[in-house]
Amino acid sequence: MSVQAHALTDDHADDHGHHHKETFVTKYIFSQDHKMISKQYLITGLIMGFIGIAMSLLFRMQLAWPGESFPIFEAVLGKWAPDGVMDADIYLALVTIHGTIMVFFVLTAGLSGTFSNLLIPLQIGARDMASGFLNMLSYWMFFISSVIMIISLFVEAGPAAAGWTVYPPLSALPMAQPGSGMGMTLWLVSMAIFIASSLLGSLNYIVTVINLRTKGMSMTRLPLTIWAFFVTAIIGVISFPVLLSAALLLIMDRSFGTSFFLSDIFIQGEVLHYQGGSPVLYEHLFWFLGHPEVYIVILPAMGIVSEVLSVNARKPVFGYRAMIASILAIAFLSTIVWGHHMFISGMNPFLGSVFTFTTLLIAIPSAVKAFNWITTLWKGNLQLNPGMLFSIGMVSTFITGGLTGIILGDSTLDINVHDTYFVVAHFHLVMGISALYGLFAGVYHWFPKMFQGRMMSKNLGYVHFWITAVGSYGIFFPMHFVGMAGVPRRYYQNTAFPMFDELVDVQVLMTVFAIITALAQLIFVYNFIRSIFYGERGPQNPWNATTLEWTAPQEHIHGNWPGAIPEVHRWCYDYSKTFDNGEYILPGQDFVPQDVPLQEGEEELQH
Amino acid sequence: MTAVLTIAVLVLVGIAVWQMTKIFELSQVRAKSGNSEVATDEDNKYNGYLMFVFLVFIYGITIFSFWKYGKYILPEASSEHGAEYDSLLLWSFVIIFIVQFFTQALLHYFAYKYRGKEGTKALFFADNNRLEFIWTIIPVIVLAGLILWGLYTWTNIMDINEDDDPLIVELYAQQFNWTARYGGADNVLGEANVRLINIDRANVLGLDESDPNASDDVIVKELHLPVGRKVNFKFRSQDVLHSAYMPHFRAQMNCVPGMTTEFSFTPTVTTAEMRQRPETVDKVKRTNAIRAEKAAMGDPNSDPWEFDYVLLCNKICGKSHYNMQMKIIVETEEEYQAWLEGQQTFNETIASMQQ
Repeated sequence: MSVQAHALTDDHADDHGHHHKETFVTKYIFSQDHKMISKQYLITGLIMGFIGIAMSLLFRMQLAWPGESFPIFEAVLGKWAPDGVMDADIYLALVTIHGTIMVFFVLTAGLSGTFSNLLIPLQIGARDMASGFLNMLSYWMFFISSVIMIISLFVEAGPAAAGWTVYPPLSALPMAQPGSGMGMTLWLVSMAIFIASSLLGSLNYIVTVINLRTKGMSMTRLPLTIWAFFVTAIIGVISFPVLLSAALLLIMDRSFGTSFFLSDIFIQGEVLHYQGGSPVLYEHLFWFLGHPEVYIVILPAMGIVSEVLSVNARKPVFGYRAMIASILAIAFLSTIVWGHHMFISGMNPFLGSVFTFTTLLIAIPSAVKAFNWITTLWKGNLQLNPGMLFSIGMVSTFITGGLTGIILGDSTLDINVHDTYFVVAHFHLVMGISALYGLFAGVYHWFPKMFQGRMMSKNLGYVHFWITAVGSYGIFFPMHFVGMAGVPRRYYQNTAFPMFDELVDVQVLMTVFAIITALAQLIFVYNFIRSIFYGERGPQNPWNATTLEWTAPQEHIHGNWPGAIPEVHRWCYDYSKTFDNGEYILPGQDFVPQDVPLQEGEEELQH
Repeated sequence: MTAVLTIAVLVLVGIAVWQMTKIFELSQVRAKSGNSEVATDEDNKYNGYLMFVFLVFIYGITIFSFWKYGKYILPEASSEHGAEYDSLLLWSFVIIFIVQFFTQALLHYFAYKYRGKEGTKALFFADNNRLEFIWTIIPVIVLAGLILWGLYTWTNIMDINEDDDPLIVELYAQQFNWTARYGGADNVLGEANVRLINIDRANVLGLDESDPNASDDVIVKELHLPVGRKVNFKFRSQDVLHSAYMPHFRAQMNCVPGMTTEFSFTPTVTTAEMRQRPETVDKVKRTNAIRAEKAAMGDPNSDPWEFDYVLLCNKICGKSHYNMQMKIIVETEEEYQAWLEGQQTFNETIASMQQ
């Protein structure tokens, strides 16, 4: 029922006329097509996510029932769980690898990699990424780094176990813990390859957005998804190289005897030769990436949520320019707040003051975003599809989790909650759960675009959302109280302190919720796989959206559009726009696709 | 009790899901074919209601957590700067809960109120500068207040000086235990470096034996602090990062190999006074009830507990990170002096080793 645009006359002379034979390998494996690469990212990310979440269940069981014997531990962990009782070393390894996998492999590559690849060319009106080859290379380096990370789980002395931040000296000295041997080497190698992959991807996204927008697609007509992916790629390019340098220096300290991060160490009865290095230097380098990283994770989710909310509210996103400005402000501030992870690291307290200031400033653009999302719902005609529910859920968890950031970002208040469960609760809600909701919203919304018009089952989607929504709060809301009681994170068990005895019942509650919530994700897995093969084929534009990706045919073709690339005549949020007399711009439909020229008597909004 | 609650929650969630699936199954039959995976008015209605229920759930879990877990929160601070810390924390929480209450209400209420109906026309409302100005400026003002208050407090806490004759104490971290060192009669710590550690001579902290300041240093495994006197802590670590966390005093600082870090506070409540406080008495009673249960089941870690301040390690440091602790005893000046006199000085320890 959507109106076709006939306004195209010139076809940019980039019509792909050639037909080359596609083999199985070039189509499904070493594909240079952005749509296929996007699916590769998504499926790899989901598999890694399965591993990461499964690990969290194991250590949550240990926390709720400390020292208890579980057959599942013995089955999964083998020698690390003699008689089914989890070993303290493997506990730390599970925590470490869970963090690494979820932050980098699921929420960076799985989220940004999937949707940047899928949506950038389709929404800006491009045939493909600027460099299909680099894009393919980027995915395969990500794949190799995933494989290395998984191989590291099977190393004799155990995988890396120094926390996902891998602070030296713990991560540098194999005598400090077994996981700092071969496991840590593989961790560092895997991350180095991951960073290279991420840089290739990011450069490609930036170039594509700048150069390959279709005719009429000015920067202020771009969907907010594209703005978010674009800015995410920029902060990735700025900050990931710094992590690479930290990783390289750490590799040198470990393998070649340099002293970048190590000094004055006496361990296992002997003094080591290291002199003059500083672990605090590593912390600076790590968090120079580490903090922008959380925005690399959350910005794409914000972009997806803005778009999905607007489409399903049948309303333009409120404050489009303010949304762009806040994305830019968040991106800029995100690179100058890293020190708030280090208030009590021993760095100069004056630096702490500066970082408190910049950190609390970041609450302002975040607040603007939250208020704008809420206003987008106001007086809408909300189509509560699963993607929409996850978007609303994301706004909810982002607010709940973000607010406690006011406590943690304040250097004074951080003193007593630093590294407690309060922090764990905060970042899981604000970046973990929120970004996952963004991922789910994106998958439900763009599934038809990925899989030739097939749609996921909405009913399974509803069940998935409601259990996940209740479960996430059930896990992470009570967790704040554990932190306020002073329980440190990364404790194998809390039994060594009688003052924490009574908190065990909170741990049990959280673990029960975690198990339920994790099981609910299997509904999603089933729905996802089933829908790939048997999902019902919907119309070409199932959500009645205005953006260009829905003008492309359902069948995937190389080059995205069979004929000329559509030309853009308006911004992408003309939902429920009316003439002065209250009639829709296009009779009988409440949206105007971007490729429809301005109608007679219609005013273009100077949004 | 927890088990009952957990089961109740599970059952409720189960029923809700079961009901929902039923509803959706029914609604699906009537759905238009060809486009049945897109939300219908029916779907919008039920999910809109559920959004409202979810708002109630968020408030519910907040109230439940406060009612059930509120008593687990750390007691009032036992240090001078802790009082300021606690009031800043309280006010931050007040602001947080006000904002949380209203934003969640608006979000979920709108999701319920404006659930889609066939034929409804959404409002084309793309911009409003005044609104956006208002919700930019309000956070700016509130945050400016919090930032200023926070920075003022932070600067005071981190201003570590020698005024008021502070007691100088070194906290020394290693995998997986703590050691404390007092300056002794002169209240000056002797020079030390890990390269001078000599286990055979019992010089475990690497004190410079030729430094006269070191000779009267007192090295102990239990931290005793006189009430009302400022304590300047110097932190060292010999192997990996550790973090000295003293939650009751709102004090924490990392211990970094290769450098000395500092923190300072004045304890205000003695251990004995703390044990008398009604909330401590309650906590001890609750905890000992749990421990008695454990004892009945034959768990060795179940001796009755008596309240003590404690120093924890709060930076991942290896296998026994979870059990790296030291007892802290805050006592009167006289008790403290009496205890100190009973301790061996560094010189005496070395001398006794040489015999």
